[in-house]
Amino acid sequence: MDFDLNKAQKLLQKSARDFFARECPSERVRALMASETGYDEALWREMADQGWLGMLVPEEYGGLGLTLVDLIAVAEEMGRACLPGPFLSTLWAAALIDRAGSEGQRQQYLEAIAAGDLKATVALLEEDLDWDPDGVRLRAEFDGRDYRLNGTKLFVTDAGVADLIICVARHGEDLLLLPIKRTSPGLAVTPTPAMDATRKFSTVMLDNVVVPATETLAFTTATRRALLAATEVASVILCAEMLGGIEWTLASTVEYARTRQQFGKPIGIYQAVQHQCADMFLMAESARSAIYYAAWAVSAGDPLATLAVSIAKGYCSDAAREVGNRGIQVHGGIGFTWEHNLQLYYKRAKSGEVLFGDATHHRELIARHIVDEAE
Amino acid sequence: MDLNLTSEEQSFRDELRAWLQAHVPPPFVGDTTSEEGKGDYFQFLRDWQRKVCEGGWAGLSWPKEYGGRGAKLIEQAIFQEEWARAEAPPLINVLGLSLIGPTIIAVGTEEQKKSHLPRILSAEEIWCQGFSEPNAGSDVASLTTRAVVDGDHFVVNGQKIWTSLAHVADWCLLLVRTDPTVPKHKGITALLVDMHLPGVDVRPLKQMTGDASFNEVFFDNVRVPMSNVLGKVNQGWHTAIATLMNERAHLGTGTYVQFKRNFDQLISHARRMQRHGRSRGTDPIVRQKLAQAFMELEIFRLTNTRALSRMNNEHVPGPEGSILKLQWSEYNQRFQQIAQELLGPVGQLQGLDNGQWVYNFLRCRANTIEAGTSEIQRNIVAERVLGLPKSY
Ligand SMILES: Cc1cc2nc3c(=O)[nH]c(=O)nc-3n(C[C@H](O)[C@H](O)[C@H](O)COP(=O)(O)OP(=O)(O)OC[C@H]3O[C@@H](n4cnc5c(N)ncnc54)[C@H](O)[C@@H]3O)c2cc1C
Repeated sequence: MDFDLNKAQKLLQKSARDFFARECPSERVRALMASETGYDEALWREMADQGWLGMLVPEEYGGLGLTLVDLIAVAEEMGRACLPGPFLSTLWAAALIDRAGSEGQRQQYLEAIAAGDLKATVALLEEDLDWDPDGVRLRAEFDGRDYRLNGTKLFVTDAGVADLIICVARHGEDLLLLPIKRTSPGLAVTPTPAMDATRKFSTVMLDNVVVPATETLAFTTATRRALLAATEVASVILCAEMLGGIEWTLASTVEYARTRQQFGKPIGIYQAVQHQCADMFLMAESARSAIYYAAWAVSAGDPLATLAVSIAKGYCSDAAREVGNRGIQVHGGIGFTWEHNLQLYYKRAKSGEVLFGDATHHRELIARHIVDEAE
Repeated sequence: MDLNLTSEEQSFRDELRAWLQAHVPPPFVGDTTSEEGKGDYFQFLRDWQRKVCEGGWAGLSWPKEYGGRGAKLIEQAIFQEEWARAEAPPLINVLGLSLIGPTIIAVGTEEQKKSHLPRILSAEEIWCQGFSEPNAGSDVASLTTRAVVDGDHFVVNGQKIWTSLAHVADWCLLLVRTDPTVPKHKGITALLVDMHLPGVDVRPLKQMTGDASFNEVFFDNVRVPMSNVLGKVNQGWHTAIATLMNERAHLGTGTYVQFKRNFDQLISHARRMQRHGRSRGTDPIVRQKLAQAFMELEIFRLTNTRALSRMNNEHVPGPEGSILKLQWSEYNQRFQQIAQELLGPVGQLQGLDNGQWVYNFLRCRANTIEAGTSEIQRNIVAERVLGLPKSY
């Protein structure tokens, strides 16, 4: 038993940290926030060159064939840099294709994703904003050859830049995963600017969008499970990213407490300030324990993986917000400004909190496991 | 990262599981909440620890030559899970096992190791920790219990307070002042003191739980042989720090086992209790609170395992170890409040589960005071881990 990143993973993390510090400083983040899609082609290419887009993609499809534990080492650094762009969306879609796709589809899509040639996302949420696939109502009409989609998907991440949108729909009782090309007739993507401009959400309207049955991701009764499993992978990546944000906020707050002077002393000498920092540290380390466990459990196919993911996402959702609250307080007035980067992380923590379900959502999932199931 | 067991660890677990299956006694009938350390339950626990020791399961990571198992530190994590799973009784000599023994291993003489370690493991020697004084609590280094050299002995005079288990203890790890002329940290010595010596007077203090598990201890011209200095004379602060580090690093294991059992009991109550014809476990608010507690308990277990794994690999404690005390003490306080809320008036009955919910609800208030208060823990994190300037 070994509960730590190994040497190679630590090296990987270090190089990712250096890379983002160099390639994605906060000026670039802010510029991307101001853009409609948050996408930077050159940066994306470089990330592809580093192999990060294909870390989870099997080697036979041009990926690195690594595990989720390797990936979170890099994802944490993306969070530390507050990196905008479709990384999370694309990896969510990739995880779904990897689990639900046919041999041919995996070849076709995963290879392109690993190479940086295909950006993708998943369109799941509908009007009642339920992360549970059972809540999907969008009907897919079938005419014997094609599926036809009419309806609306909400809060689709990075739909504005994704080349491929995997739409979750329903035909009869069956859950369907329908890949829609960005250029498909009838597809309308409307950006919905939100508090956190580092993540881009859109409303996706489908007006008679046609998807040939041959293109559906091979559907079986396991579709639901594939979707849940892919969302678990994405949730862990998101948690690691949130941890990076937590670490940034903690580090910058501690640094500020060391240097800012009031009453002739650094404010970090006052226990009211010290204890805020200590609590932030406690939350950071607690989140780390939960995330490492979840990443390992998912990559090892551990039977408790689903529970582990809910523990991680449930904990991180509250912790990331709370660390931000404390960080702003310790910074005083400067922490409330547009100019200070704290606000970027604060808002990003908030959007991360709701993505894939907030703490309340995950506590209910945990309750099903600990109260109901073992009965 | 691999949380699967290696084949070596697996055989460790299998062997432990089999041993526990064969040896865990039927649950003790009677009052098990009391820490008073008297009567049948105390004897029951002492017998149990002897059996555990004979089985070779006490002192897991202690060297074999002193009766330990010589196991890897990480095997503690397996141990805690198996212990919880088997619902095995706790080990009574907790201070000896988790704080004092490891300190003797670290800085003790060969003779001290040979004479005490095996007896700590078998619970022949129950140990207590004499650090706190009436005027030296958080600031324990300001202690004033004096020890003066007289030939080949130290003569000890003074008073300790809040000394857990002193009324049943055979030995005490005692901090005394041996040089009052130097700065406070530099004039302290750690002594191994036989509690049966003339001049040692133990007076139990009754706690808000109604128990008397801690004491005042008075020392009146107690003669302690020089050979009982642990570490070096006037370097007792180093010894004390080692002990306090062990306290933080190792107490977690035992507390998790207890907490997990307590948590499972509350889940059974939640399922069993009815309101408006429905189980309380179906109430969304109850579910949220139980799930939150479970999350925190799991994260404590995981952080403990992570800290053990780090020590196992790098032989120095990592930063995560510094939050364990805060995690477990504050978790338990939140949990006991949830338990009372769920149980309602029934939770206050001495008749429910042998009064354990009443006891736990009260006892947990001490969790954020004993073994270093939460404020002191946060000071330590802020100053030693985060590098903020010292506030005092
Ligand atoms: C159940 C129980 C068992 C115990 N068992 C033992 C034992 O076996 N052996 C032993 O030696 N001791 C034992 N103790 C004593 C325990 O270690 C002390 O109570 C503890 O260290 C606090 O000291 P104090 O009680 O003197 O409180 P004080 O130190 O007077 O603290 C009072 C309050 O002031 C705060 N405070 C103090 N200094 C600071 C500071 N610098 N910054 C911020 N806040 C501060 C504290 O956090 C606390 O809230 C036990 C205590 C309990 C409750």
